[in-house]
Amino acid sequence: MSIDTETAARVAKLARIKVEEDALPALAKEFSDILGFIEQLNEVDVEDVEPMTSVTPMRLKRRADEVTDGGQADKVLSGAPDAREGFFAVPKVVE
Amino acid sequence: MLDLTYDSPKPKVIAGAKHDWELVIGMEVHAQISSRAKLFSGASTRFGAEPNSNVSFVDAAMPGMLPVINEYCVEQAVRTGLGLKAQINLWSAFDRKNYFYPDQPAGYQISQLYHPLVGEGEILVDMEPGIARKVRIERIHVEQDAGKSIHDMDPAMSFVDLNRAGVALMEIVSRPDIRGPEEAAAYITKLRQILRYLGTCDGNMQNGNLRADVNVSVCRPGAYEKYMETQDFAHLGTRCEIKNMNSMRFIQLAIDHEAKRQIAILEGGGTVEQETRLYDPDKNETRSMRSKEEAHDYRYFPDPDLLPLEIEQGWVDDIRAALPELPDEKKARFVKDFGLSEYDASVLTAEHENAAYFEQVAAGNDGKLAANWVINELFGRLKKDDRDITDSPIAPENLGQIVGLIKSEEISGKIAKDVFEIAYTSGREPREIVETEGMKQVTDTGAIEAAVDEVIAANPAQVEKAKANPKLAGWFVGQVMKATGGKANPKAVNEIVQAKLGL
Repeated sequence: MSIDTETAARVAKLARIKVEEDALPALAKEFSDILGFIEQLNEVDVEDVEPMTSVTPMRLKRRADEVTDGGQADKVLSGAPDAREGFFAVPKVVE
Repeated sequence: MLDLTYDSPKPKVIAGAKHDWELVIGMEVHAQISSRAKLFSGASTRFGAEPNSNVSFVDAAMPGMLPVINEYCVEQAVRTGLGLKAQINLWSAFDRKNYFYPDQPAGYQISQLYHPLVGEGEILVDMEPGIARKVRIERIHVEQDAGKSIHDMDPAMSFVDLNRAGVALMEIVSRPDIRGPEEAAAYITKLRQILRYLGTCDGNMQNGNLRADVNVSVCRPGAYEKYMETQDFAHLGTRCEIKNMNSMRFIQLAIDHEAKRQIAILEGGGTVEQETRLYDPDKNETRSMRSKEEAHDYRYFPDPDLLPLEIEQGWVDDIRAALPELPDEKKARFVKDFGLSEYDASVLTAEHENAAYFEQVAAGNDGKLAANWVINELFGRLKKDDRDITDSPIAPENLGQIVGLIKSEEISGKIAKDVFEIAYTSGREPREIVETEGMKQVTDTGAIEAAVDEVIAANPAQVEKAKANPKLAGWFVGQVMKATGGKANPKAVNEIVQAKLGL
């Protein structure tokens, strides 16, 4: 499967990563190479192999339903470019 | 389990300019899981807190923060699945749904696309006594809610509050088995009722704790039956999704409008585009959400921060064993054990608090009479005061006493209303009220006879008239009731009047 520059541009846009026009062909080729490698992996017969979901024999860690966090609006907002009255302030987004 | 028999309702038919059309509706309901803390963080879920005060660094997507799942939220989703008679998947997994929006700081929502926690189930949607639609549930998955954007505090800026970001949601996805706007509203009503019985979601639509995406398509009569036979969607029309509805009334209006829009396109020779639309209640129309088109490419992939969610069958069995009696079973039991009509049983089981109250009133009493008093007198009185059953001024035992006093003919139905009013406003015990206020029904025939004699003696002209026209005997009954302050047993009075007048 080969990725064209148009698809590369679309993926970049969806990921909100700015890619200059002239960098697109190289990016598209990288994508194609990666997909080519995956296709190669696809040739391996894994019929009776259970999918490996983790490299360690661990169970998903769980927490109890207790409030242990929060009450730190100032810290949460401290990295925001703009915050007002306890809210993050962002350029208007409305449907 | 008890089951009431039912027939399916007729699908809604809309007459187009050229021919008839039927509606096909599927719903995706987002129900906020009732829990103290969020799905993957220890921040509170409390509604109405100061902005951004219920936010952990996980919810704010600070670099390096890792999600840890709240086991109780999983339990609640399993409980919901069991309540909807659904398959519980002991192995499920979380995926990232990628999109950018200011109220979603991570740039992705943790959800379950490929391996949901709950599989196929069903909901029986009651339309009227004896008529119900079985709606198949396709799946329920667990996911995070987004934060909240406020657009009207500043002309140029949107304000974002992340208190809701990361709160646990269940997305309950139905098959396209709903066949009209009324059924859609009834589906939400029934789902909400079950969730509230289970205690897994408070069902508060105003706060957005229960909201629906509604998929609407139209087809020619007969096409839906072909779909049901083959499960091939090709028999159905192209659907449009109306996003984020949290009002029963607007859901119905939006479906009706959307169906008519699609019919007009199809009859005009056009084709319906599959798209996401928003309902505008001010204009009563739906419009396309163009911004969603590109965003539809969510590039899902398994969340590398979370191992698969593996649960034990024994744990599921424990949750199942502790399930409360659910609305369908409770309704059937009320019909069978108390001899209620299906309608009355539906009214009493709409909220489990109502049902519990009724059962206390009915304990050791005539079930039908108890139902009448709870539905007609108590509900009416509570509604007048805008009160909830949970803070009813009259305790169920006391209403039960009134019902008992009527049944044993110690008080008449009419006097009972006065006793009820006194007990409701004062909290006094009905037995004590009847004793103290001398409201006991006079069943002593001698006393009634004396009262009848008195009225007859005082009204010779009326006696003559009544002899000519027996219908006028009622006047005497009325006079005797008046003379005894309503305490005489009306049936006894009637009999004695008839006898004395020789009718």
